[in-house]
Amino acid sequence: MAEKQNDNVTIDSINDDISDAIAHEPSEQYLTFFIDNEEYGVDILSVQEIRGWEPATEIPNAPAYLKGVINLRGTVVPITDLRLRFGINQFEYSPVTVVIVVKVKAGNSEKIMGVVVDAVSDVSNFSKADIHPAPELAENKNTAFVKGLGSSESKMVILLDINKLLSAPDDVDLSEMSRALAK
Amino acid sequence: MSIDLSQFHQVFFEESYEGLDAMESALLNLQPDNVDSETINEIFRAAHSIKGGSGTFGFTDVASFTHVVETLLDEIRSETRTITSETVDLFLRSVDCIRRMIQQHDAGEPCDIPEASELKALFEAILSGDEPSETDVIAAVDPEAKAAEVQPENASQKGWRIYFKPEIDVLRTGNDPLRMFRELESLGSLSVTADVSELPLISSIDPEACYLAWSLELSADVPKSAVEEVFEWVVDESDLTITPLSESNLSSAENTASDAVSENASGPVVDSVIDAEPDNNEEQQNSPIAGPAPTESPKPVAAKPTATVSDKKDKSKVEVSSIRVGIDKVDDLINMVGELVITQSMLGELGLDFTIESLPRLLEGIEQLSQNTRELQESVMRIRMLPISFTFSRFPRLVHDLSRTMGKKIELKLLGEQTELDKTVMERIGDPLVHLVRNSLDHGIETPEQRINAGKPETGTITLNAFHQSGNIVIQIIDDGAGLNKPRILEKAQQNGLVAEGDMLSDDQIHDLIFRPGFSTADQISDISGRGVGMDVVRRNINELNGSVEVESSEGEGSVFTIRLPLTLAILDGQLIRVGKHIYILPLISIVESIQSFQGMLHRVVGGCDLLRLRDEYVPIIQLSSIFNIASDAKDMDDGLLVVVEGDNMKVAILIDDLEAQQQVVIKSLEENYKKVDGVSGATILGDGTVSLILDIAGLIKLAGVQRYEYKAVSSGDDCAA
Repeated sequence: MAEKQNDNVTIDSINDDISDAIAHEPSEQYLTFFIDNEEYGVDILSVQEIRGWEPATEIPNAPAYLKGVINLRGTVVPITDLRLRFGINQFEYSPVTVVIVVKVKAGNSEKIMGVVVDAVSDVSNFSKADIHPAPELAENKNTAFVKGLGSSESKMVILLDINKLLSAPDDVDLSEMSRALAK
Repeated sequence: MSIDLSQFHQVFFEESYEGLDAMESALLNLQPDNVDSETINEIFRAAHSIKGGSGTFGFTDVASFTHVVETLLDEIRSETRTITSETVDLFLRSVDCIRRMIQQHDAGEPCDIPEASELKALFEAILSGDEPSETDVIAAVDPEAKAAEVQPENASQKGWRIYFKPEIDVLRTGNDPLRMFRELESLGSLSVTADVSELPLISSIDPEACYLAWSLELSADVPKSAVEEVFEWVVDESDLTITPLSESNLSSAENTASDAVSENASGPVVDSVIDAEPDNNEEQQNSPIAGPAPTESPKPVAAKPTATVSDKKDKSKVEVSSIRVGIDKVDDLINMVGELVITQSMLGELGLDFTIESLPRLLEGIEQLSQNTRELQESVMRIRMLPISFTFSRFPRLVHDLSRTMGKKIELKLLGEQTELDKTVMERIGDPLVHLVRNSLDHGIETPEQRINAGKPETGTITLNAFHQSGNIVIQIIDDGAGLNKPRILEKAQQNGLVAEGDMLSDDQIHDLIFRPGFSTADQISDISGRGVGMDVVRRNINELNGSVEVESSEGEGSVFTIRLPLTLAILDGQLIRVGKHIYILPLISIVESIQSFQGMLHRVVGGCDLLRLRDEYVPIIQLSSIFNIASDAKDMDDGLLVVVEGDNMKVAILIDDLEAQQQVVIKSLEENYKKVDGVSGATILGDGTVSLILDIAGLIKLAGVQRYEYKAVSSGDDCAA
């Protein structure tokens, strides 16, 4: 119970950070989160909100990483488990498992999608200089989904291009990419 | 005080389109040998209001074009001229031309129709051809104007002197003298003097009355008719004299007017009506005597172009569409809302001091609320329903034109025009219908010679029929032409690789081939159809509307295309079904029956689909759990429940665990945020907030790989199932 409340506090404070970031200078701010102890980041401007995990309605014959669709205030929103998308074993969903709801630009339209991550971490600022291009991964073209690597004094964050990542066809295998980057 | 006319443009455009449609259908009904005066009047009235409206709104090109059309119509009306099929054709062409003009104005584009001047010349040629003089023509246009002095038209006229004294309530009838003057001013230089002699004291002034009269001098090289046209709407309610300027007889009215001006303090105000400088706006608006006409300051006029520009911008963003709703539907809606309010206040009162004793009343109230909601929903849906005649009405013209081009004799019959369907569905069914009708015209109906040789009446018949059937609207396009040529279709399909050599296909399957992409058997690629894109597009468009299209044909007797469409796209009557822990929704209209114990009726087919013997039919069984890869409660087929559904023109039985509630569901798109899912047509949100998927029968059949011919073969002879 106590843990649950804690979790709510973090979500709330991060939601505050998100609205702050949107309200202020749209600098290079990233929402960072953990998947399999690796820290990833997405452009905070594409993040709409963060929710706790709730069971979704499964879609028949969809890939395993697509957990299903949920009702987000009357809109049907698909939920992708990034862990499974990256080919990492599924994690038992816990109270800190969260869904990041993002707006994805697909062509002219905007789609709302949710991604399940292990836990959200922080909102980090990266100046242009802090972002290094992703290392060229031999025999793997899927680095297109990575914007770069953001580094600060204490950590290294893999910055994802969420638009490309979530509009990628189902059969694009991302496990190689995540494994190579995690090294 | 001033009115921005552009806000009425949309209404004018819509009315004009309606008027044009009315003209068109009346023209098509017109028999040159037997002219019905009522029909002519109808056409004339439509033309007249388009002309009047376009003049009022400043679409002078439309007005002047419609004017010549009207002139000829008027002669036909007054029986000074007989109508021939050539004139009918000319009128039809001009209807098209006016429609295009209005469309261009509607789109905010500059109006540029070369055909207009060409047609206009044709009209003028007809008019002047055997007409004694132009004067008569003009007089005929406006019989009322005959009362006014008929002046011989003279192009060398330097101008006109006009005395105009409207009746006192001219403004109440919506006619604005100022606007007429502005119109005159567009013809040439104009000077206006107002006669304010009849202006009462301020204390007794009626702000909506017009006490003024005007003397105008127009120096422009225009015919008198042009001047008369400006005053056309008020000529009956005013004292109007138009005299050539060359005659220098100053009317006494003019004298009094100028006298009055010099004597009256309000002189400058009235004088500035036309050539007002921006700086006396204030003065004008504050002036106490200024009647409604003079207060129309130039300000809104100056603002008008900008308004039009922004209109244009808006239009490019969102297409404004509106709908005409019968007042009875709106009244229903108001009644319904009234009842809802009563129920709401009843429940609200109940909630204030709620005791357990009032529980029955609460339940009753909730029951009432749900009934109100349902009725309200139905009424709102009815508002969107329009009779299909809106779509059908374009076909008489289409058939008329095409049959002429192709040298075929075709009669079009329209049935069930009052059948109502959703506006959105209607808008999207128009094009597929046009295609099907063109197809019937081009490929279906034979030439007169062929028909006579085949022992059929020379004139072919195409029937458009619409009716409601079990929650669907059914539209049929029936022709009595040659029917589909099966050997040709099969041959073509084999050439295109759609069918393998030696495949045995049933008649229905062969007919169905015409809906396959890239299929056309037209010997010649014609304008009308036969480009090989079409029938597949028709089917796709109809499928997108959750509808279906099929064809029945017998050689030599004709074909019937049947389109089935849902009445609305937004709401569905659903049957909730359960498989394991999953809840899905089946459209209620697709369900034929459900069967609980069917042990004796099962036929297992090795290497194929299991079949259910349903009376004298064999129905393939689809196991939802296996095609969706989900766990079901039923370990064996016998433990489940079979729901027999119909979709894509065949019956299938779906194996599920249980039937749950029936409810109306609001269809949400899965594609909006995700993508199309096979076997699922959409999603909805259930009462508990969870998402549930709506099953798509045709998709399920495809997903399960049920072969259509398997079903057909079995249903005709049952050797396979035994």
